[in-house]
Amino acid sequence: MNPLLEIRDCTVRFGGLKAVSELNFAVGEGELAGLIGPNGAGKTTVFNLITGVYRPTSGDIRFAGKSVVGRRPYRITARGIARTFQNIRLFASLTVFENVRAAFIMHLSHGIFHALWRGPGFAREEARIDAQVMELLEIFHLGEARDALCKSLPYGDQRRLEIVRALATRPKLLLLDEPAAGMNPTEKQELMRLIRFTQEKFNIAVLLVEHDMRVVMGTCHRIAVLDYGVKIAEGAPDEIRKNPKVIEAYLGQEEPAHA
Amino acid sequence: MFERPKTLFAVAVALSFAVSKFSGGVNPYYYDIILSIGINIILAVSLNLVNGHTGQFSLGHAGFMAAGAYTAAAFTTFVPPHHIATTLFFLLALFAGGLAAALAGLAVGVPSLRLKGDYLAIVTLGFGQIIVVILQNIDAVGASRGFSVASGYTNFFWTYFFAALTVYVIVHLVDSTYGRGFLAVRDDEIAADAMGINTTKYKVVAFTLGAFFAGIAGGLYAHFKQFISPDGFDFFKSVDIVVMVILGGMGNTAGVIFAAVLLTILPEWLRTVSGCTFLPHWLRDVAQNRMILYSLLLIVLMLTRPQGLFGDARLFRRTPKFKKP
Amino acid sequence: MTEFIQQLINGLSLGAIYALIALGYTMVYGILRFINFAHGDVYMVGAYMGFYLAPSIMRGFGQKSIASGIVILVAAMAICAALGIVIERLVYRPLRNRPKLTVLITAIGVSLFLENAGQYVFGPDPKAFPDIINDHAIEGLGDLTVTVSQVLVLAVTVALLLLLTWIVKKTKLGMAMRALSFNPVAASLMGINNDVVIAFTFGLGSALAAAAGILFAISYPSIDPLMGILPGLKAFVAAVLGGIGNIPGAALGGVLIGLVETLVVGYSDTIHIPSTYRDAVAFAILILILLFKPTGLLGAADREKV
Ligand SMILES: Nc1ncnc2c1ncn2[C@@H]1O[C@H](COP(=O)(O)OP(=O)(O)OP(=O)(O)O)[C@@H](O)[C@H]1O
Ligand SMILES: [Mg+2]
Repeated sequence: MNPLLEIRDCTVRFGGLKAVSELNFAVGEGELAGLIGPNGAGKTTVFNLITGVYRPTSGDIRFAGKSVVGRRPYRITARGIARTFQNIRLFASLTVFENVRAAFIMHLSHGIFHALWRGPGFAREEARIDAQVMELLEIFHLGEARDALCKSLPYGDQRRLEIVRALATRPKLLLLDEPAAGMNPTEKQELMRLIRFTQEKFNIAVLLVEHDMRVVMGTCHRIAVLDYGVKIAEGAPDEIRKNPKVIEAYLGQEEPAHA
Repeated sequence: MFERPKTLFAVAVALSFAVSKFSGGVNPYYYDIILSIGINIILAVSLNLVNGHTGQFSLGHAGFMAAGAYTAAAFTTFVPPHHIATTLFFLLALFAGGLAAALAGLAVGVPSLRLKGDYLAIVTLGFGQIIVVILQNIDAVGASRGFSVASGYTNFFWTYFFAALTVYVIVHLVDSTYGRGFLAVRDDEIAADAMGINTTKYKVVAFTLGAFFAGIAGGLYAHFKQFISPDGFDFFKSVDIVVMVILGGMGNTAGVIFAAVLLTILPEWLRTVSGCTFLPHWLRDVAQNRMILYSLLLIVLMLTRPQGLFGDARLFRRTPKFKKP
Repeated sequence: MTEFIQQLINGLSLGAIYALIALGYTMVYGILRFINFAHGDVYMVGAYMGFYLAPSIMRGFGQKSIASGIVILVAAMAICAALGIVIERLVYRPLRNRPKLTVLITAIGVSLFLENAGQYVFGPDPKAFPDIINDHAIEGLGDLTVTVSQVLVLAVTVALLLLLTWIVKKTKLGMAMRALSFNPVAASLMGINNDVVIAFTFGLGSALAAAAGILFAISYPSIDPLMGILPGLKAFVAAVLGGIGNIPGAALGGVLIGLVETLVVGYSDTIHIPSTYRDAVAFAILILILLFKPTGLLGAADREKV
């Protein structure tokens, strides 16, 4: 397996707190990987490191063979990593359609002057983007809601819209931060199907952070477990399920981990 | 009505031209107000790009206007006309003013990139103030005594030509896939960044372009009033423009234009009210102090309708019509 | 050398005034994360309260007596504390969970309102502040000119800082205030209503601003309704310089801004910066801090969680 994403000895500190410590982890091309751990384990922080929101205190992160440490987030996205957010971050004043359209900016061949002059090339490109946005929305059953303000969508739809928006950047690796949060069982089933479908259709790797064990176990081929920023286990879903360290890490949790 | 900004622009220019042919007989008092309205439209719509569309709350717009006003005025005062046509000469001066303001905007935009909300507001205020202080110290342009501008080139046509140009440019810019970037930066910078949008570039473009038009407005103003002084471009002038943007609804160009018209006429109207002897004393007092009303207006608006009078129904928004194949 | 010490003394007494104002900015920012734009205008109101109260108070407690000085100061502080609390209650509280921009615009509105209502109520022209103390240069210091008012400014500031430290460290409300600035949930666990703590903070900050207003008016006895704008902005810069949200930082920042400003003016010929640039100094400092050390001298990073 050819590692697409490689996290090498990554540590990040917030003041005295080591949120992630000496993490080693890799995701292969086209792989469906999972990252789990109790609340505050450092999962979101790992996403923030990969996408350049935070900079590791030490260690390296390589994507497609090149280090992304110190790159601005938009450049990392341009290299092919897209993400969703745990606390949904859609563009609140934009419609569903426009949220996705905004993610096409990075592929624009036109700039300010085209936007001002509005020649035929501009019109063609805008029409093409419009069509592509609609195509993506239809795939994820959001076509009907295209003109709704994204705020007005039900929670589950907002999460799906975030996935669509991330896909619009045409990533090679998609990072999903708790996509099933706030979904009902039917929606969760549908989500699992969508994740697998997305991975196949767009031939991308997916790294999934999720508290719902059924979703993680049911989608991922390989899972890593974080506890207090340390990777305590890694392996296939069945191995993780039985691993005593993992069970112990989750025992302290108030919420049972549906393992 | 705003579906075809290009057509609208052509119509506006033609109209300004036609009207300017008949403006000879207009009462100078009204002519003054009408030109002020045009200049304020340029100021408010350009500030709206920064504060409204891009969500970078700037309190220094008057500073950019000052940079443009002084540069343009210095241009027509100190540069020998070399027999070029007066109009071209004037346009060059305006362009120089816009350019100087754009540079100032760049100088503000770049260091302010990391700042948000309150901090950005204060830093832009500070920059605006620094521009005023610098102007107060340049003797060649009259320092704090003010600067008399000999030539009154500004007329109805050029004022409304540039007003139309400002509206055209900003509406077109925002209303495109490219332009979604401004709104994305406003709504959520972190998400915008994660979607591959170069937030820095957008902010700098907004600041620079907004400042450019403020500079043009300044140049027009200088050759309209024929006297400018640094104090005229202080914090309160910036607030005037900010109030127009807020009242019109941030990001709502049509609303902002309306607010610019309204808030230019309002002081004149208040002056009339304060002169009406049959009205109660306190009412006339209040009418005389426009700023008390403005400040109350701001507070009440924020408490009850923070989205401005016209909400964020962005009249210029075009959601493309998609035809199913 | 004498010249330098002289500048230091002048700078210190100006800085003390900035420090008192800066404390209000920093305390409010600490708990609500917003810049109370109107704070500088509360300082102006403080000076005017002194102006209007001084004659009658001095009639009761003696002309230029220490007692009347203290009564004037305390009265102005109390009135401004009430003003601060009323502003918070009427305007800021209803906006507590609104976007920051809304609150910021409102604060600008309040500031403009105080300035313009001030011009209407107090009159737009500068007024001569009454002599509350017998201001003169203290003798026996050689070439140094140290005035009674300068000593008074420093003494009162130090006293107020000590009082504030005590309030923040030892009283229940003060501790709740600090707790609230760390974590709103933890604070409510202390059994004190957040609304009360916030109102208290506004009261405290406004009282300090009023004291600054009186002290300023004693040192530079001309007051006008717009006098709060520049000191307010400079004090804000001081708060940022010290690390916004950090109480000792605000005091430190105030003193530093006062010193730098005075030195720039005092040595304008040597450093080739005309003294007319005085008011630009603070803004230049602000821009530099925000570029190179946005957390200020004593502040901690406040990173947005993603
Ligand atoms: N910007 C920050 N500053 C300080 N501490 C932070 C920051 N971001 C995260 N942390 C801390 O790092 C630790 C890991 O947080 P993180 O959000 O990565 O956890 P998580 O595994 O995603 O948890 P959850 O399941 O609740 O989402 C937590 O203790 C958190 O408080
Ligand atoms: Mg998380």
